[in-house]
Amino acid sequence: MAQSRFWTVLPSWLIYPVGLIPAAYLFYAAFTNQLGADPLDALENELGEWALKFLVAGLFITPLLRVARINLVKYRRAIGLVAFAYVALHLIVYVALDRQFGWWEIWGDIVKRPYITIGMAAFLLLLPLAITSNNASVKKLGASAWRNLHKLAYPAVLFGAVHYVLLKKTWHPEPLAYLAVILALLVWRYYRYRKSVQTA
Amino acid sequence: MPVYKYSQPLPSEITSKSEYLNRRTFMAGAAGIGLSPLIGMGAAHAALETSKSKYSTDEKPTDKVAVTSYNNFYEFGTAKSDPVKNAGSLTTRPWTVDVGGMVNKPGTLDIETLLTKFDLEERIYRFRCVEAWSMVIPWVGIPLASVLKQFDVQGSAKYVAFETLQRPEEMPGQRGLFPSLPWPYVEGLRMDEALHPLTILAVGLFGDVLPNQNGAPVRLVVPWKYGFKSIKSIVSMNLVEKEPPTSWNKAGPSEYGFYSNVNPEVSHPRWSQASERVIGGGIFAARKETKFLNGYADEVGSLYEGMDLKKNY
Repeated sequence: MAQSRFWTVLPSWLIYPVGLIPAAYLFYAAFTNQLGADPLDALENELGEWALKFLVAGLFITPLLRVARINLVKYRRAIGLVAFAYVALHLIVYVALDRQFGWWEIWGDIVKRPYITIGMAAFLLLLPLAITSNNASVKKLGASAWRNLHKLAYPAVLFGAVHYVLLKKTWHPEPLAYLAVILALLVWRYYRYRKSVQTA
Repeated sequence: MPVYKYSQPLPSEITSKSEYLNRRTFMAGAAGIGLSPLIGMGAAHAALETSKSKYSTDEKPTDKVAVTSYNNFYEFGTAKSDPVKNAGSLTTRPWTVDVGGMVNKPGTLDIETLLTKFDLEERIYRFRCVEAWSMVIPWVGIPLASVLKQFDVQGSAKYVAFETLQRPEEMPGQRGLFPSLPWPYVEGLRMDEALHPLTILAVGLFGDVLPNQNGAPVRLVVPWKYGFKSIKSIVSMNLVEKEPPTSWNKAGPSEYGFYSNVNPEVSHPRWSQASERVIGGGIFAARKETKFLNGYADEVGSLYEGMDLKKNY
């Protein structure tokens, strides 16, 4: 018991201000031209990478509980919402700064460029999860329906990693590392699910 | 055989770090007291004497810091910030380029010869990366045609095949289990492209010798093609009859062709080439429309007359 209290001593709302510090820094650095030679590319990429980091963190909560008996479940909603904030900022930067509201070009990207298609799909999958990340929605939907809905996070995170891998010219180590970790986390869930079905 | 090419030795056979550092200290010392004028020139950061060229654009060059810190040079890592961090270890003196194949006078080209025996020209060129960003770069170089002339190219030669240095002990990107590209990096040009006056061997940048991260000591610059065609740190040029293999084409044949001409009409399979992000514009700058052959269509358009550039991408 002492151990579980150790892991949950901090209030979950702290995740929001702390989690958004990198975003604040990135926008500050971008506006003051401190993000290197290609600041827009850096801003867009870093926001996307932070989104992936928080999404992966969210996927770690259950295995940490089951395998290491570390209970961080109370932080999961905040982690998920911060991840979504990064996804949204990433998308806003793409629409407003990268494509400068060129809706026709953006539409062209979505239909013709698989990495954009898949990235946009990830955003759309995460949108209902962000909207229903509150107690009222859990009540309204009922716990099991809510839980099923939030399994959309699995394909969304996988799409996010594939989006990252596809936008590089060749195989780069960072996107492949994200993809590998995410696949491992999803495979772990799949095997647990199979086991639970067999024993039931 | 190029001077710098050898089969990969066992790690135990490679000169220890302390030994090669010693050797460099010795060389720097020798340069300092003028033991060898050859070494001295390499170590010095003397400004190069150049003449202006009618082929230069009057567009404003990109900020020097950006040109020398935002580089794709996978031999030193795949991140754009890697080359400036890691290329310091590259030894660029002595350096020779082997010229062979279908030439009547095969031989080697010493970097000092390039720097002192040829007329160096400033060539301010637009530079367009296949990743859809662009710069304006003031190169210092020599038309490739005038260099090749020295070796008496045979009439039946159809292509020039170029090769970059392979030296894993100084190029961290060439080490490791999963190479980002097949090494050594190779590129090629058709004869008429190679001999076109826009095509240069660059030995300098911003009036000075090439920084290592930009492909020191000698690289190709072909301004109407995507940047990866402009092969860096060249150790050999071979005149050949058949279209030579090229690194990016080997890595992704459906995405990178032999020609790789800048063309807004022909998309990369995964992204559009219609527009480009101009480096140095900041985060609010509008994208620039990409021009056919990177704006050099008047000069080189005729080379591709009658060719289907969608097929020959």
